[in-house]
Amino acid sequence: MMWLNLAKLFRYRGLIQSLVARELKARYRGSVLGFFWSFVNPLMLLGIYTFVFATVLKNDDKLTQPYAVFMFCGILPWTWFSSSLLESSGSLISGGNLIKKVMFPAEVLPIVSVLSNMVHFALGLPILLAFMLRSGHLPHFPGILWFPVIVLVQLIFTLACALMLSALTVHFRDIRDLLANLLTLWFFATPIIYPYFRTGVQQYSWIFTPNPFFHLAVSYQESLFFDAFGHGRSLLILGVASLAFFLAAYWLFDRLRDSFAEVV
Amino acid sequence: MTAGHAIELTHVTKVYRRFSGKQFATLKSALLQRSILRELQPAETFQALNDVSFSVPKGSTFAVIGRNGSGKSTALKLVAGITKPTSGTVEVEGRISALIELGAGFHPEISGRENVFINGIMLGLTKREIQNRFNEIVEFAELTDFIDAPVKTYSSGMYMRLGFAVAIHVDPEVLLVDEVLAVGDEGFTHKCLDKFAEFKRRGKTILLVTHSLGLVERFCDDAVWLDHGHKLSDGDPKRVIGAYLIDVESSEEGYLAKQDAKVQEEVSALEPPPSPAASTLTDDAGPQNMFQADEGRWGSGGVAIMGVTLRDSSGEPGHVFHSGDQLAIEVGLRTDQPCKDFVFGVAMFNTEGTCVYGTNTDIERYAADELSGEATVTFVIEALDLVEGTYKLDVAVHRKDGAPYDYHRLLYTFRVKSKTKDAGIYRPKHHWEFSPTAKLTRMDE
Repeated sequence: MMWLNLAKLFRYRGLIQSLVARELKARYRGSVLGFFWSFVNPLMLLGIYTFVFATVLKNDDKLTQPYAVFMFCGILPWTWFSSSLLESSGSLISGGNLIKKVMFPAEVLPIVSVLSNMVHFALGLPILLAFMLRSGHLPHFPGILWFPVIVLVQLIFTLACALMLSALTVHFRDIRDLLANLLTLWFFATPIIYPYFRTGVQQYSWIFTPNPFFHLAVSYQESLFFDAFGHGRSLLILGVASLAFFLAAYWLFDRLRDSFAEVV
Repeated sequence: MTAGHAIELTHVTKVYRRFSGKQFATLKSALLQRSILRELQPAETFQALNDVSFSVPKGSTFAVIGRNGSGKSTALKLVAGITKPTSGTVEVEGRISALIELGAGFHPEISGRENVFINGIMLGLTKREIQNRFNEIVEFAELTDFIDAPVKTYSSGMYMRLGFAVAIHVDPEVLLVDEVLAVGDEGFTHKCLDKFAEFKRRGKTILLVTHSLGLVERFCDDAVWLDHGHKLSDGDPKRVIGAYLIDVESSEEGYLAKQDAKVQEEVSALEPPPSPAASTLTDDAGPQNMFQADEGRWGSGGVAIMGVTLRDSSGEPGHVFHSGDQLAIEVGLRTDQPCKDFVFGVAMFNTEGTCVYGTNTDIERYAADELSGEATVTFVIEALDLVEGTYKLDVAVHRKDGAPYDYHRLLYTFRVKSKTKDAGIYRPKHHWEFSPTAKLTRMDE
């Protein structure tokens, strides 16, 4: 049954595609800057972090200069991850009308949340590139080839989290509030605004290893910022684990599917 | 599934959970994919459908009727596959389009055009198919001038029309319709009916949930009547509707009787009836213009109205009558001292407060001789030629100069039912005549 539904998912690609396009179109409809917000938002975020971590809490570590570019390599994928989870956890509830009144494949809703945030992520990449060009700190050659692989692993991992959270939030609305706080904690527990090898941080490596986003963040940093890519093995393990997690999450979602129309 | 059937429900029971804080119970049972029933007390559940079976032959138009809360919409949702039955099976053959919530997937910020595409894809069409039908959809919805405006600027009628237009152009094998014909003006409703007729001609199956019994009678091949989740009757629409109407009438009768009892209790509690014993005829004339007063009771006493009973032609007391039938208004009176100056009057009002008819014994030239002890006065309307609606009664006994002994203002309510949905208040006895060149056929009876 689950495999059948999973196969059906492929048939919904047209629906997913148009819903993602609608999401992007509708988001900035009526605002003055419109689609530019997709660029302006990461820029502003970066401006704030740069002010705090490169100006106020000045940092002299030579390995992580320019610090703005270093942070941007981690913040961009983190924003994709965290806003995907926040949005998708409420997606079944806000799309309740569809689930209750129309024959609608419910898993499409969290998937659309993840994918539309992925588009925002992709739109942030040119800004990252502009920063790199301006500061003359460009990614090295073999490492950059890992970039699409990292994105793919993150996509699978994020989809798995999104499916699980959206299904559970229907039954426990508390998840939405809990999640916002949990993500803040998670953000600071992951070496995104500080390098993982920094003295005083290394002793916490026992927290890092089981943290999936640690491997993603370090992979992004090694692929885009540092000189050598040495995280390949961990990334591939995470990839396989994410795939298994995705199947488990989909199984959970599929099990709870029938309860959505009644509980939402 | 039996061959030749498009929809088949077999012993379907659907239990909903009433609101309760037991999320764990439902999550656990959902995960284990077993019935919610097991985890919850009977008080926490609600049985929307109880062992309902019916089947809809391919190509037929089938109606589900019943009062609010009878499980009609639940049945439709089960057929649409939106929810699963708690027990029993639901089988459907062919592509379904459900007109349940029109425009459920519309996004308010984007244009009607984009919404048509997305809604169409949600309902299972491809982009190309929508492209081909786009003009037809927009024309059907009568929105050619507004199709590029954001949907949030639409009126609710426009919104519904667009939703309806998309859904009906999905070209399903099985069309599910939940009381959506009320979406547009007369013209649009006719267009929808034409579309349904076209579906019917093309051999598609239609399952219709509606309160419009005229539509069922005209349009449907079969009907099922649900009440509180049970199937009470199915088969020929005329017969099913007949049974349903009798039931509705009896419950309306019960409601009006209760209402009646309550009003009279209230009035007698507020304003104790003037004791017939206290026969001092004070000049308590009540409000100046009695026809403008609210419901109530007033008068000087002396003669008291003890009770008013409405009876049909067979003498049965009731509150619901059919247009054209006999209605007898029986007034019980009592006086302690013989009285020589008295007039009996009745008047009927419709819900707008218009006096439909009013008369009294003085106007009709009855001279009062004497009234003593207990008496009964009956006002017999031989043919109640009123259109369908609710009517209220004034009943009074007063002196010849108009000073009331006991005036009951709008205290008694009755309903007139009619098969003909004509307009106005009064239905004159009438018939039509046509020259041979004007050919018409009587549809029913």
